[in-house]
Parts: sequence; C-alpha cells; structure tokens
Amino acid sequence: MSQWLIAGLLFTPLAWAALSLLLGFRQGRWLSWLGMAIQMAVSLALWFAVMEGGGFYYALGGWNAPLGIALRVDGLAVTFVLLTAAVGTACGLHAGVYLDADKPWQRYFWPLFWFLWAGLNGVWLGADLFNLYVSLELISLSAVGLVALGGEAAALRAALRYLFAALLGSLAYLLGVALFYGRFGTLSLAVIDQLLVGGEPALIVALLLMLAGLALKTALFPLHAWLPPAHGIARSPVSALLSGLVIKASFYIAARLWMELGDRLGSPWLAQGMGVLGAAAVIWGSWLAFCQPHLKQVVAYSSVAQIGYLFLLFPLTFAVAEPVSLLAQQGITLQVISHALAKAAMFLAAGNLILSVRSNRVKALAGVSHFLPFSLFSFGLAGVSLMGLPPTGGFAAKWLLLQASLASGQWWWVVVLLLGGVLAAAYVFRIYRASFLEVSNSDDFYHPPQSLEAIPMILALLALGLGLVAEPVLSVLALPFEVVAAEAVHP
Amino acid sequence: MSAGALLPILALLSSLLAAVVIFALPETSHRLRTLVNLLAALLKLGIVAVMTWGVFQGIDFSVSFTMLPGVRFMLRADALAMLFAGLSALLWLLTTIYAVGYLEDSPNRSRFFGFFSLCVASTMGIALAGNLFTFFLFYEMLTLSTYPLVVHRGTEKALQAGRNYIIYTLGGGVVLLLGIAWLHGLAGDLAFRETGHFQGSDPALHGQLTLIFVVLIAGLGVKAGMFPVHGWLPQAMVAPAPVSALLHAVAVVKAGAFGIVRVVYDIYGIDFAFALGLLQPLAWLAAFTILYGSVRALTQIDLKRRLAFSTISQVSYIILGVTLFGPIGTVGGLVHLLHQGIMKITLFFCAGNYAETLGVHRVDELDGAGARMPATSAAFTLAVLGMIGVPPLAGFVTKWVLGTGALAASMEWVILVLLLSSLLNAAYFLPIVYRLWFSPVVAPWPAERRWGRLETSAWLLWPPLVTTLMLILVGLLAATAFSPLSWARLIVVRMYLP
Repeated sequence: MSQWLIAGLLFTPLAWAALSLLLGFRQGRWLSWLGMAIQMAVSLALWFAVMEGGGFYYALGGWNAPLGIALRVDGLAVTFVLLTAAVGTACGLHAGVYLDADKPWQRYFWPLFWFLWAGLNGVWLGADLFNLYVSLELISLSAVGLVALGGEAAALRAALRYLFAALLGSLAYLLGVALFYGRFGTLSLAVIDQLLVGGEPALIVALLLMLAGLALKTALFPLHAWLPPAHGIARSPVSALLSGLVIKASFYIAARLWMELGDRLGSPWLAQGMGVLGAAAVIWGSWLAFCQPHLKQVVAYSSVAQIGYLFLLFPLTFAVAEPVSLLAQQGITLQVISHALAKAAMFLAAGNLILSVRSNRVKALAGVSHFLPFSLFSFGLAGVSLMGLPPTGGFAAKWLLLQASLASGQWWWVVVLLLGGVLAAAYVFRIYRASFLEVSNSDDFYHPPQSLEAIPMILALLALGLGLVAEPVLSVLALPFEVVAAEAVHP
Repeated sequence: MSAGALLPILALLSSLLAAVVIFALPETSHRLRTLVNLLAALLKLGIVAVMTWGVFQGIDFSVSFTMLPGVRFMLRADALAMLFAGLSALLWLLTTIYAVGYLEDSPNRSRFFGFFSLCVASTMGIALAGNLFTFFLFYEMLTLSTYPLVVHRGTEKALQAGRNYIIYTLGGGVVLLLGIAWLHGLAGDLAFRETGHFQGSDPALHGQLTLIFVVLIAGLGVKAGMFPVHGWLPQAMVAPAPVSALLHAVAVVKAGAFGIVRVVYDIYGIDFAFALGLLQPLAWLAAFTILYGSVRALTQIDLKRRLAFSTISQVSYIILGVTLFGPIGTVGGLVHLLHQGIMKITLFFCAGNYAETLGVHRVDELDGAGARMPATSAAFTLAVLGMIGVPPLAGFVTKWVLGTGALAASMEWVILVLLLSSLLNAAYFLPIVYRLWFSPVVAPWPAERRWGRLETSAWLLWPPLVTTLMLILVGLLAATAFSPLSWARLIVVRMYLP
C-alpha cells in the first residue's frame, strides 16, 4: 500500500509537469485541479499510514542506495509532505484564478509548479546526499523560472539574481557532498552516520561548505539580499510558494545534516555562530520590513526575519540535555509549519489587496478596512501567527523555543525571541494602521472573487488552529523511526 | 462530556460564535445583528448565572486538554472567576444595548460588533482561565480584539491612540510572557489554586521567584493602568463611548487587575508573597497611583479624559486591597473590582450621552445640562457620589472595608491615602455636578440632536439608569447574601481557610 502511495507522491508531479507542458494555461488548470486532488489524497493517506504504522525506509523500485533512490519516510517527512500538499494546493487554486490567463507565457506556470512540487517531495523524503542535491536543484530552477514568469525587466533581473545565488549555494553544497563521498564512498546519510567517528578537519570543512551553501539558499542573514527582490516581484501565488515552502527545503536539509552529524562535526562556536546570524536576521529583517514602502516587500522582509528563528535550532540542540534538544526540535518544526501556512496566507491576502487597490504601496491601503474587510482580516490573522501571539502555531513554536532557551541557560535567545515578536507586531500593525485610515466614503476598490478571498483565510485559520492542536501534531512528528530497516540499506 | 465541563466552554463559545455570525452578516442587516448581539448577551448571562449558583453549591466546573508538551489549556470556574465573569456578562449586556443606540447610522458596524464580541469572549476566557498559560492566551486575544475598537473612527488621532495602545499593551504582554515562561521553566504548569503554590518552597529559589514576581506585575500593570505605565489609558478615550466603557469598566483594565489578584493569591499565595516582602512595595505603588491619577484628573478639561485619569486612580484601589495582608483588605479589593466597574460604566455612559445628544465633550460646556437631560445627569451625579464614597453607595462600601482592612493589617497610612483620595475625587467631580445643576446655560449646545419624547434615545438612556440602580443596590444591600460584598467574602473564606 505505502509503495503505491510513495510512487504516486513522486511521479504524479513529474507526470503532470510533462503533460501540462503540452497544454495552455486554461487546459493546464483543469489538469492541475485533478493533480492537486490526487496529491492531497495521497499525502493524507501516507500521513495516516505513518501515524498508524510508524516510519520506514523505502528503496524506490527495489534499487538500494548507491544506485537507486532511497527514501526515508518518517513522521517529520510525511508531515512536511502534507504541509506541501496543503500550501501547494492553496497556491495552485489561487493562481488558477489570480494569474492573467491571456498572457502567453503563463502556460509555463503549471509545468514549473509541478516540477517544484516534485522537488519538494524529493527533499522531504530523500535519504542520501546526492538525491537531496538533485531535488534541491529541481526546486531552485523551477523557482527561478516562476519568478521570471512576470515577464517584466525587473522580474528578470530579480530572477537572474536569484539564479546566481541558488547556483552558488548548490556549488558549495555539492563540494561538501564530494568531500563526504571521497571519504566514505557512500552518500547515504544513515550509513555516513554509522561510519563517522570523530571530527576530521576535511569533514568539518565539508559540513561548513554544505551549511554555507544551504544558508545562502535559505537566505540567512547576511546572505539574504536575493530574497526580497525575488519574492517581492513574483506574482503573489508564486511568492507564497517561495516563502512558504521553497526556502524551507534548503533549511530542512541543513537541519537534517546538523541533527545527524552535528554532534561529532559541530563545535560550540559553529552552533552559537549560526544562532547569532539567525538572531541578526530576526532583528534586521524585521526592521527592514517595517521600513518598506511596498506591501509585498514588507511581507518578503518578514520572511527574512522569520527564517532567522529557524537557525536557533543549531545552538539549542548542540551539547544540551536530550529533553531540551527535543523541545527545540519541536519548536523549530512548529515554526516551519506555522510560518509556511501563515506566510502563504499573508502573500495571497496581500495579492488580493494589491489587486483591489491597484497599487503595491502601503499608503494606498487607506480605507480598505471599510470596504474589503475580508482579505485584510486574513492578512491580520496570519500576522498574529507571525507575531507569535496565542493561540497560533507561531506562539506554540515560540513557547517551546523559550522553554528550550531557559532550560539550557542560553537566556540571550530569550531576548531575541521576545524582541522579534515585538518587531513583527510593529510591521504588521503598520499595515493595519494604513488600512484603518478613513479617507473617502466611496467604494472605488476592485472586489476580488470570493474564491480568491477564501483561500488565504483557510490557510490563516490553519496557522491559528495549529497552536491548539500542537500536541497531537508533535506526537506524529516524534513517531519512532524503524532504525532496523536502515541496516538493510547498508551496502 | 459532563455538564461541569460543558458550561465553561459554552460561556466562551456564546460570544465567540456571536462574533463569527456577526462578521458573516452583511453590513446592512442591522436588525438581525442587533438580535444576535442581544441573544448572545442574554444567553451568556444565563450561563454565568447558572455557573455562579453552581460554584456557590461547590460544584466543580473545569475542563482541560494538553495543548503543548507540558502545558494545558484549562478552564475552571472558582468563586473569584465568577466575580469577574459575572461582572463582564452583566455589563456586556448593558454595553451592547448602549452601543446599538450609540452607533446608529455610523459606518463599519459589522466590524465593530464582531470585534466587540471577540473582546467579551476574551474577557470570559480571562475570567475562567485555570492556569497562567490559558490566562495569557486570552489576555493577548483581548489586546488584539480591542485594537480595531480603539481606532474605530479611523481618524488620524484615533490611529495615533491605537498605536500607543498597542505599543503599551503588546509591550506589557511580552514582559508577561517572559515571566510566565520563566515561571513555567522553574516550576512547571501551575494551576490557579486558592492557597498558592510556593508556601514552603526551596529558599534557593526565592531570589528568582522575587524577580519573576516583579516581571509578572510589570507586565500586568500595563493593562491595570498602574503608574508609570498608564500612558495609553487617557489617550484611548478618543474611542467611541461604549468602547471606553469596555476598556475602563468591563474588560481591559480589569483584566490587568484580575491578573494581579491571580498571581498574588493563586500562584504565589498571599502568605508567601508577604513573607518574601513583595506586598509592601506594591502597596506603595498602588497608593501612589491612586493619588497621582486623582491629581492629574483635577486639571483635565475634556470630560472623558478626566474620567480616564479617575480610572487610573480607582483601579489601584483593587491592587491596594490585594496588598493589605489580611482577609478584610482582600474583600475590599475584590469587591471594588465590581463596584468600580458599575460606577465607571455609568459615568462613561453619561459622558457618551452628553456627547451624542448635545455634542458636549468638555467639562466647561456642561453648564446647565441638568435641566436639559435630568435623568442622565441624575445618574451621573449618583455615580460621582458613589466614587467619592458617600454612604450608602457602592464606593462607600469599598472604602469602608478597605479602611477596616488597613487597620487590621496595621497599615494606618492607608487610611490617610483613602481620605486624601476621597477629597481629591470630590475636588475633580463635584465641580462638574455643580455645573450640571446650578450653572445657567451660557451658549447653545454645540450639536444638539432630538430623539423624540425622551431626553435622548431610549437605547442610550436605559443602560446608565440600570447601572445607577445597581450601584445604589449593591451599597444598600451589601449585607445580604447575594451582594458582591458577600460573594467577595465567600472567595476570601475559601482563600484563607482551605
């Protein structure tokens, strides 16, 4: 049963990408609706299968790691697969209505969309370094294509900048992979984990290279400069995909590397250093978000800030007691999920608002609260999660990270967590403030169709509800993983 | 699920669902919205009444589930919770009636009443919260749902006030979160318990516990309007009158004061807090805030601004009562939670009536308004007399009990503060009363509106009259079994004699 599910998960997006290449935007939309329904059903089924039976290793087509593709199907991976299905479906549905079907280049949206989805599933499930690399490249290239889809010169410039950053990041990562391969002759993470004994300088360099490359792709401060232009200029459903999911993929790989190898190859300096960069991202990104005159730039810089929290994983899991490390991991996972939902909601809502006021400027929002309360409300709800106020998923994440910081005696991260929330409130309330201003009594706004308005609301409510059901979600994430199966992959 | 678990959830849901329904209704369906509002308010009042009776009988209403590893979401009704829940359920009904009249013909009513209901849902959550974590959850929800009400008018001035409101309250929320997370790291998930949790705790922890106490009080003090973090309260008076009533009497400042009561009694325990020496500085701060608010109120020309400084002063009576180490002082503080609410809401209703009917916002424009609006002015006068502490009105009961409590705790200086504060109350309130009744009308009213036979709209007139009746009754009948005073005694008996 699970085999079929996994096959469906990986091959549907690839098949759909190829098929939709043959079709125009409108026909591609019909096809994609079907594809999204399949993906949603398969992801849900797999999630429940793992919840019932626990995680497992799976060698695709029976070929083992050095030649074939080994997949690691655990609670964390299937949760992210499900998250991708939710956010991807929301963005796909929104894009189907939002994008202007008459532009000739829009027909490339669906192929790129499906390649992106395939790459994401590949990253969540990948168990060896090379296949992770391939999936990551697939993601980067299709993401760059999606950014360039706007067609204007500015979009092309941002896409090009994104492409250079992504390629540089991939190169650094690939160098690290090569070093590992040279030393161990395998790329399977599980096998490397077993063979690795101590911190050899070459391997430390390899880890550093990989982390640096992945940090560049994740847009960690100070390597974030490519993100705001790309996420700001892309069409809103694309921005939602990029901020919600794409940057999480490279972080996910970095986190997996750190959790497997960090205890032997890492050092307190590295752990604290990553944390400091994350903290700087939180503060600096939030401040820049507050200063932006354009709505989507505010949301894009907010991503830079929210990504910063994720890198607190490094100091909070290094050389600390097992329960503390667990708290931090749970907190970071919740942060990834809640940010994906909230940020996608926020970008989609921002897209609706921009459509309505026909301008990207924050100042243009005056009066929106009077005539278009619904999209603004979705935007606000998503903002509550970003601020980390209860009962949202963002709050649950912040609470766990606070507990982890306090329990490990690293009180300086407490300051960052609390300050970050205040700064997030500052940039979100700046938008409210602009929209509550009453300037005229006439409604000359464009009112988007209800389907466009409903999608961000659903995502925002999911982000909100995540905080209330955090305990059951975390219990699936923590499901025991069948390590016995890992032995079978051993060459 | 048993009835005991169901009722707290229903109390919460009644206004939460009302909010959802109201948001979903189109802007133009005013009648239906009013109906939903009133039904929800009546339903909630009924639920709270049943629960209050149940708590009196000793029935345990509680429900909880694990929200995060090691943290429970917990609702529980104890006697203290019902004091606050009863206050907000009762005054919500009246404020809703008032708001319907007040906002007639104004835009954005759907948004207003939606957030209004969310606000009351949060207040209910704050009252029924069974641990600090749940309390914090609703405390922040209250902050967020009041913001759209404060900036409701959408003017530059309202937005400025909203900005300051949010800076103060979210700032306070962050400080409070720090305290709660710290305490959780130290002692785990602590449910509110009448005797507190730390009696006989390890002396090595006392240093940290003292610090945490300061952090918690600092966070809660923002909403309670304690000096020096009271700055948002006078500014927020640009909001419509029903919102001011909500901020000052029903929800926001009360949430802060209620939180302080919870921390002192149900987390630390009054004996332990006293032994750590935490109560004395808090008493001084409260006393200072009482006098400071009154002195500032003296010089305010804007009527609502004067009332706002008066709130700063009056809320600290509650804190002062809490810090008087002894059962009588506690009774005084708790009963004032209710008394202040009834009196202050009357004053704000009346101020709103003057503004809506005559267009009057300043104290010096009120000359002779008593003849034009006798019923409103009578209500205003009685509420003022209550505030000053004239027997047998509500304020007198508070001040009497507080004074007795101070003597019992041998803190004689508190008597001096009470006397001084009463004098100051008289000094800033009585001139208004004089102007209302005895000064001749000098100029035409700035913007007079006629509402038919009555002096103002019936929706606006009845709520202050009802609250005036209440403030007389709670004073006159203070000694009977179902007065707020008796309920406060019940709480204290359960607190001090476990």
